[in-house]
Amino acid sequence: MPLQGNLRDFSTTQLLNLINLAGKSGTLTFFEGKRTGEVENLGDQKRERIVAGQERAAMSFRSGKLIFAKMIGQDGSLISVLNKAGKLTDEQARIIRERAKNTTDKALALLLINANYVTQNDVVTCIQQHTLDVVYNLMAWNDNPFRLDEDVYPDGSRIQVPIDLENVIIEGARRIREIAELNQHLPNLDMALKFPDNPKEKFKGIHLSVEEWRVVSFVNPKNTIRQIAKANNMSETEIRRVVYGLEQAGLVEMVKPPGMEQAAAGDRRRRPPQKPQVQRVTVNRLIDKIRSI
Amino acid sequence: MQTVKMVITGPFSAGKTEFIRSISEIEVVSTEQNISTDAEKKEKEQTTVAMDFGRITVDDDLVLYLFGTPGQRRFDFMWEILAEGMLGFVVMVDSAKPETFREAKSILETFRAYAPTPYVVAANKQDHPDAWSADDLRIALRIEEGVKLLPCVAKDKESVKGVLLELLYSILEEMDAG
Repeated sequence: MPLQGNLRDFSTTQLLNLINLAGKSGTLTFFEGKRTGEVENLGDQKRERIVAGQERAAMSFRSGKLIFAKMIGQDGSLISVLNKAGKLTDEQARIIRERAKNTTDKALALLLINANYVTQNDVVTCIQQHTLDVVYNLMAWNDNPFRLDEDVYPDGSRIQVPIDLENVIIEGARRIREIAELNQHLPNLDMALKFPDNPKEKFKGIHLSVEEWRVVSFVNPKNTIRQIAKANNMSETEIRRVVYGLEQAGLVEMVKPPGMEQAAAGDRRRRPPQKPQVQRVTVNRLIDKIRSI
Repeated sequence: MQTVKMVITGPFSAGKTEFIRSISEIEVVSTEQNISTDAEKKEKEQTTVAMDFGRITVDDDLVLYLFGTPGQRRFDFMWEILAEGMLGFVVMVDSAKPETFREAKSILETFRAYAPTPYVVAANKQDHPDAWSADDLRIALRIEEGVKLLPCVAKDKESVKGVLLELLYSILEEMDAG
């Protein structure tokens, strides 16, 4: 049975981690998300049901290693990859394409190496780079259905270069780290902002961007960051970036809005958890009973 | 008479009520209400709003109560009440619904914060064609190696017994560890 789901619930990085740790083999296909207009229920959360549309991209793996990646609509042929990397000129690429129409990438690579157009290392490096470019691109996707078909592989004509997934995951994660760091630093947009005690001193000689001024103009312990973002028509990432910068510069401080203070006080009144006092013999009796049911 | 309590928790429609129903000696005392919205009705006709309650009588002196929590966050005020004094808990996950994995993890962490009692994770609906395997679920949910993640079919009594027994073994292990 194939693993399937949607990137909004399970990111590409998480999928690669799963494939790496479980040493999986097969092809992970990503589809266009087709909106159905139907609402699906996730307990309290409701959202539009998205089903798999046309195939958009795919990655293949053997024993947890990335061996191939393609983006639909993007020419991933060897000629195109070498041309993009500057190993073949446009003219050379055009001529080879014309003369080697029915030649597989593997056969073509041999011809090009033998004819001293490129080295074997050029081929391997360029294919690897192309594969990684596709994967890093895919890591930014966050709303596409996916399916992992085990033991399904690309056709044998394509050159497959095994790549350890650890490095791919690390690099991919680094590329999206900025957003993650902002989310971590500012996880709760329902916090409010206030100016520090001596705002005039702090703002002296500071040059703010237009976005920063727009945010500063709404700073008030009664306004949540989410409300400020809405008033300024900013995305969550944009407001996080601006607030992070302002906070690091000491121009604003985060405070709980009045409603949240009361809720927090309620939380503090909770009793500490207590462990039930149960003896070993009691647990053994329960075990015997359940075994006998 | 001594009573002990176990809590069965997990996201909406993970199979908690079914789990208790499979093993309880009494008809499950349920607080299910008809679902009012079309979106929720697609999943199931009724949902638990306060708790499910099942019972296993060991003898005249000892009774095990099974409490199933409501899955929706809007009823989470019940969770802490149900968690109080529990011997351990089972986190049910619908293995065929990756969209609920994040919520399952969040519920797991919430219950861990309520009480430092042993728990197991039940990878339910393993008979579903789209079910993720228990091994894949462990990675997806980032469940530590030391925590039991058990394949489960909540409508199968033997499967439910297996999960409860594993939880009890974990409780024993914790007692041994002091």
